Amino acid sequence: MLRFLVRRLLQAIPTLFILSILVFAWLRSLPGGPAAALLGDKATPEKIANLNHVLGLDQPIFVQYFGFLGRALTGDFGNSLVSTQPVMGEIVTFLPATIELGMSAMIIAIIIGIPAGYLSARYRGGPVDNGVIVLSLIGVAVPVFFLGYMMQDLLAAPLGLPSQGRQAAGLDATAITNFAILDGIMTSEWDAVWDAIKHLILPAFALATIPLAVITRITRASVLDVLNEDFIRTANSKGLTQQVVRTRHVLRNGLLPVVTTIGLQTGALLGGAVLTERVFNFRGLGFLLAEGIERRDYPRLQALLLFGAVVYVLVNMLVDISYGIIDPRVRVR
Amino acid sequence: MQQLRLTRTRRVALIGLAGALAVSLSACAESKREEGAGGGTGGTMIFGAAGNPKMFDPAFNDEGETFRITRQIYDTLIQNKPGTADLEPSLAEKWESSNEGKTWTFSLKSGVKFSDGTPMDATAVCYNFDRWYNMKGAAAQSQMIYYGDVFEGFAKNEGDASGDPVYKSCEAKDPTTAVLNLNKAKGAFPSAFTLPSFSIESPTALKQYNADTVTQSGDSFTYSEYANKHPVGTGPFKFESWDQAKGEITLVRNDTSPSPAKLDKLIFKVIPDENARKQALKAGDINGYDYPSPADYGLLRNDGEQVLIRPSFNVLYLGINQANNPKLKDVRVRQALAYGVNREQFVKSKLAEGSEVATEFVPKVISGYTDDVTKYPYDVNKAKDLLKQAGAENLTLKFYYPTEVSRPYMPNPADTFTAISEDLKKIGVTIEAHAEPWNGGYKDDVQKAGKQDLHLLGWTGDYNDAGNFVGTFFGREKKEFGFNNPELFAALSAADASPAGDAHAKAYQEVNKKIMDFLPAIPIAYPTPAIVVGPKVKGLVASPLTDERFNTVTVN
Repeated sequence: MLRFLVRRLLQAIPTLFILSILVFAWLRSLPGGPAAALLGDKATPEKIANLNHVLGLDQPIFVQYFGFLGRALTGDFGNSLVSTQPVMGEIVTFLPATIELGMSAMIIAIIIGIPAGYLSARYRGGPVDNGVIVLSLIGVAVPVFFLGYMMQDLLAAPLGLPSQGRQAAGLDATAITNFAILDGIMTSEWDAVWDAIKHLILPAFALATIPLAVITRITRASVLDVLNEDFIRTANSKGLTQQVVRTRHVLRNGLLPVVTTIGLQTGALLGGAVLTERVFNFRGLGFLLAEGIERRDYPRLQALLLFGAVVYVLVNMLVDISYGIIDPRVRVR
Repeated sequence: MQQLRLTRTRRVALIGLAGALAVSLSACAESKREEGAGGGTGGTMIFGAAGNPKMFDPAFNDEGETFRITRQIYDTLIQNKPGTADLEPSLAEKWESSNEGKTWTFSLKSGVKFSDGTPMDATAVCYNFDRWYNMKGAAAQSQMIYYGDVFEGFAKNEGDASGDPVYKSCEAKDPTTAVLNLNKAKGAFPSAFTLPSFSIESPTALKQYNADTVTQSGDSFTYSEYANKHPVGTGPFKFESWDQAKGEITLVRNDTSPSPAKLDKLIFKVIPDENARKQALKAGDINGYDYPSPADYGLLRNDGEQVLIRPSFNVLYLGINQANNPKLKDVRVRQALAYGVNREQFVKSKLAEGSEVATEFVPKVISGYTDDVTKYPYDVNKAKDLLKQAGAENLTLKFYYPTEVSRPYMPNPADTFTAISEDLKKIGVTIEAHAEPWNGGYKDDVQKAGKQDLHLLGWTGDYNDAGNFVGTFFGREKKEFGFNNPELFAALSAADASPAGDAHAKAYQEVNKKIMDFLPAIPIAYPTPAIVVGPKVKGLVASPLTDERFNTVTVN
């Protein structure tokens, strides 16, 4: 197991290197750049050129890259051009918000998706199955930002939920870890905990629609497969109760593809978080990324894209490890 | 399937619980809203800003979201009368020029103190002017955009900064008399003294928190502790905190200000998405926000919000580049384009209320505006006729317009492009559309490379001087317009140098007439952006220069 982990981590390093070069080169090859965004309407060609010179953006790309690499290896990813704050600090500050949102969305998707998929497979062809299939198609088809706008407009006021933000303006909640719910619990500020939950509901449900549809369908397909396997017939004919057959044999085997899906859907969640956070003004990494793209904030975009790559690599490593836990055949091999 | 099917009682209990939750949720939400509102004098206002401020030292800043906040913390020597572009006293009670505009004498208000107790006197004023002039470092100088525009040069120009300094020296003759000596006169004065970049900051705080350290590493800037945490001025509010994680900037009333606020607290909440701002106002999370979309004015008013229209201080124009297509060098062709665009229809259907057709390149409230210029009312036949005379009946023009942006003078560039190009097609012009993202090279292509034949752009005025508009556009040869007209350049220089007052206004009136005859571009409209606040907000006056100060505001 340890060798496996070390091997995977070592494989990640060249991946990140190549990715950093690609991200860097791609950003700088795009027309325009941060100077026009920084100077706004007052930008004249001369001022843009001057600013590009000051920022070193008129040097050859590989010179700029080695400068960036040298500083990055010491942990200095520079300051955001939009907020003038250190980008690494920003990532640390805004990461908990995205984790909270992503986890809430994934939990919602799992809690609803797996049972829905199972019921769908168990009662194949019935009204439950048809209903689940139609709803999951809708979930996949509707863009998350559109859903977000609709929820803001139609659901926020009637349900008494906030339409945007992560915390009510002027609420002086103590921030320790920046995980709003955790901080509130740690400091016993229960109004802050409730406030955080209220602000999470709409964006989490909107974001959950991305993995929910997929998890439902994959669970359904996988359980259908397993239900037809010989070993289920064997287990039933052995006289085992339905509960044991379901948990030990059907679900445990049927969940293997679902676990992989959850790992892959994390990537989709991160992408969907960008739009969801923007629409709901939920200040997490997705929000930072949207702002950074709009203003061509190179330092922030470089740091965020590399960070996203690291997270994706780690999550997929976790998926591979969990496979080993669930499926003994993988361990032995 | 017994385990998964809920018993009837359990189901009922769950539904009941969900219902109870929903009811208590809404009750909680309502009570919180009423708590936050506050009483008559006093209270808290929450304003939805469209973007992040950079930091709080306006000397290094040139963009609106930062100025929105620094305008509440600092004062300038002269300010704009609320709701207008006229000058009125601020820290200076009186000002006069002598020595042919090369000397400006300010009589300052007496007894004014910064919020940290430092006296705001002539010494403090001169400290600020000297600080800007003596600023060191290419990084710092590159960020002093307005200083560079108005005062043109530093004691020692670094980086690519060039230009002979207009500033010579500042003397504190006595605590309430500051004398500014310049190397040359400029039409920008005295109006330019209203610029927020020229806010008077506390010398004590500037020194204590190393305000001048602006460093650049790699492709980013780092600002000082002063700029990030300790801005100190004489304005109606004091800086309290900037919570990056929440995106909230909190200001509190500055009791020692010459113009103290009525509110206890003013919170700026950053909400970049325009729709989210609208929702937040509807839900009562914020008390107001800036730049509502003109399409929403009706809806907002129906909801009981107050949409405050800003008198126009900007201009939207259709730029013409004479360098690429030789036919555009013929003034008859440019006139044809002007007659061919139905500006009245465009303003009526696409722009917000209060917007008007532009007769020239300066807005109506600027001194130097005159109605006595050549006009180009919509006339398709005249346009076709002129094109025929010039032998330009089969023109094909490259029309550039920006995407991914909304400017105060151009809320919807794509709509603007469509409306104008449809008009031009009617007079026989073939249009080649070129859309470019605003931050993705639009300005480079249009102003640096001059790739276009026609393009859309505009300008929001910085201060009340015609030179800020027409001098900026047509003061010298530029790739954007591709023409060389030494006579016009000289006239603009002369107007800029003309002494303040009637002579100045007259000089610019003559220049505007010249420009509308030469027609280097076509002025389209004077759009009117707006600011929207909730029904409980009183006392906010919309400013043409986006110079809204919240000291007169109360929230009931």
